[in-house]
Amino acid sequence: MIVIDTGNHIAALAAKMAKPHVIAAYPITPQTTIVERLAQYVENGEMDAEFIRVESEHSAMAACIGAASVGARTFTATSSHGLLLMHEMLHWAGLARLPIVMVNVNRALGPGWNIWSDLNDSLSQRDTGWIQFYASSVQEAYDNIIQAYKIAENEEVMLPAMICYDGFILSHTSMPAEIPEQHEVDKFLPEYKPAWKMDVEKPATHGNIVPPEYYIQIRYDMHLAMERAKKIIQEVGEEFGRKFGREYGLIHEYRCDDADYVMVTMSSIAAEGRVAVDRLREKGEKVGLVNLRTFRPFPREMLKYDKMIVIDRDISPGLGGVVYNEIRGNGSEVYGFMAGLGGMDVSYKDIERMYELAKQGKEGLYPLEVK
Amino acid sequence: MMVAIKDLPLDEKILKGHAACPGCPITIALRIALKALGEKTMLVIPASCSAVVQALYPKTAFNVPTLNIAFEASAAAASGVSSALKALEKEDVLPVVWAGDGGSYDIGLQALSGALERGTDFIYVCYNNQMYSNTGIQRSGATPYGAWTTTTWKGKEEHQKELAEIVMAHHIPYVATATIAYPTDLYEKMKKAKEMKGPRYIEILAPCPPGWRFDMSKTVEMSRLAVETGAWVLYEMVDGKMEFTGYSKRLLAGKKRKPIKDWLKMQGRFRHLTEEDIEEIKKEIDAKWDYYMKIYGGNEDGK
Ligand SMILES: Cc1ncc(C[n+]2csc(CCOP(=O)(O)OP(=O)(O)O)c2C)c(N)n1
Ligand code: SF4
Repeated sequence: MIVIDTGNHIAALAAKMAKPHVIAAYPITPQTTIVERLAQYVENGEMDAEFIRVESEHSAMAACIGAASVGARTFTATSSHGLLLMHEMLHWAGLARLPIVMVNVNRALGPGWNIWSDLNDSLSQRDTGWIQFYASSVQEAYDNIIQAYKIAENEEVMLPAMICYDGFILSHTSMPAEIPEQHEVDKFLPEYKPAWKMDVEKPATHGNIVPPEYYIQIRYDMHLAMERAKKIIQEVGEEFGRKFGREYGLIHEYRCDDADYVMVTMSSIAAEGRVAVDRLREKGEKVGLVNLRTFRPFPREMLKYDKMIVIDRDISPGLGGVVYNEIRGNGSEVYGFMAGLGGMDVSYKDIERMYELAKQGKEGLYPLEVK
Repeated sequence: MMVAIKDLPLDEKILKGHAACPGCPITIALRIALKALGEKTMLVIPASCSAVVQALYPKTAFNVPTLNIAFEASAAAASGVSSALKALEKEDVLPVVWAGDGGSYDIGLQALSGALERGTDFIYVCYNNQMYSNTGIQRSGATPYGAWTTTTWKGKEEHQKELAEIVMAHHIPYVATATIAYPTDLYEKMKKAKEMKGPRYIEILAPCPPGWRFDMSKTVEMSRLAVETGAWVLYEMVDGKMEFTGYSKRLLAGKKRKPIKDWLKMQGRFRHLTEEDIEEIKKEIDAKWDYYMKIYGGNEDGK
């Protein structure tokens, strides 16, 4: 069935169809309409879940951790400052290996207050042990949420997963999305069977003091799980493709086959970038685009193109673009642009311009350093 | 009917080999509490001495499922546990937070208030040793006036706040205080709380030998004297109805409180106090009891 609705409403629908037992969430622009919609689903009986109306995002994540520790499937959603307030608990969820699924609607950080899209909120959670998906359309947001549960809950993975998409550009824009039937989703995403849980029949302590010889093992296991997740993300993405006709992997290549230059980006800039690629191709430019679907695990080994132009909607002060710096040094010729900070529009024309600038050997913060 | 100490269940949920200091009030209190709560209990424990007392991974001395959580997050995590138990139809299992005063009075107050206001089905226990002992004896919102800590070297200049009263303002079904010198009182309160629904709060005064600077053989004595001097008060509030218990009930009925000086002089943390400081503490305790007398007194059984 095709549904035309905003990214947030479609995300709430995906969360509902994934059938979490417990939702704990707190409002923040531009995520709020997800929480509102879920509260409504629960109140009118469309959704059989416990909804915890917590007093902060820190508590939202703590509650999800508590619930997941008892073996519940959980969901939460946030943005920006809410995500930052969760930071301590994000690490906790990662280290506890709890497959919590969360939507983060990307939004810039204050001061000054800015509610528009920017990826610095989620990118600064890079090392928390969360799988991070980025969607470039409302459809992808839906598909990523459903798949995220299956990937996170896989026994070879057992890591929390964050689905990110741009504030307003996707969260508040109505777009069509193909929504499968509930029974199809149920078949794809069976009931959660936790690998560990708190159980009065089998009393155990979780998270007490861990000496270094065990701690290093726990960290290493987490790293290996993230590595294994690459394979699982691929497999689940292919299975999703077979069932629903839309196949996914870690990256999505667009007209890259004979490309001299490959543009690399994530989130909605990728959608705009594909328009730019088509226009440049018409002019005879051999250019393609790679959309990173996952930022963690990072598909570094898949990004083997001679020349790359990375467009970051983020900035790491003192270093530059975050994605650019994750790729740099892989043997390719890499040009980096930072653009669209604080929700500044990045149109296909801007992307075409960045391509021209890169060809001249230029890079930097667009349009302040280069334009 | 009052339970006698010989009637407490023999089953021990605190195993041998825990990592508490000798004379630690935490293990004494938790041992009694778990006798009342039984095996269908899940503990949620924030950063605190209790996180250490469990012993090091891969061992544990606590024989009930235990979830360790970040310092300020125990009430929120317990909310999640509680909701999950409901969603998974395991409502016969009770989540119990076991947190220090730092994790309750200070950094965890917001999460505690939120969980109480939401009507979370759980018991929140604050064992109050009147400072942050895990990090080496720093002041907390529960540290009394004049007490030495490693962040109040000359003695704390402020009085402690009354968390139980803040909790009462949430109008929850059960609020009680206890201390380890009166194990049957503690046991009965835990038992009563266990049978109820919704948020229940129990605060236990927990004299800590290294933190308060007294000999490890004196924990129980220190606890008893706190009650006898009126520095600590035993009561329970059921659905808004206040009742003093044990020795505190006798004090409310007119029995004379022992001099506060007797309690203060047993503790190295008060060694430096001047007569004026002692007078300041005495005044605070007198005022507290005057208030109790006015509100709850005048009734022979202290009801
Ligand atoms: C966010 C955060 N800040 C600080 C700490 C350090 N810390 C751990 S336990 C503790 C004090 C605990 O005091 P209390 O709650 O009274 O329990 P006690 O140690 O007395 O048992 C502190 C400050 C921490 N773990 N997390
Ligand atoms: S410092 Fe005090 S509260 Fe902490 S373990 Fe030792 S005796 Fe117990």
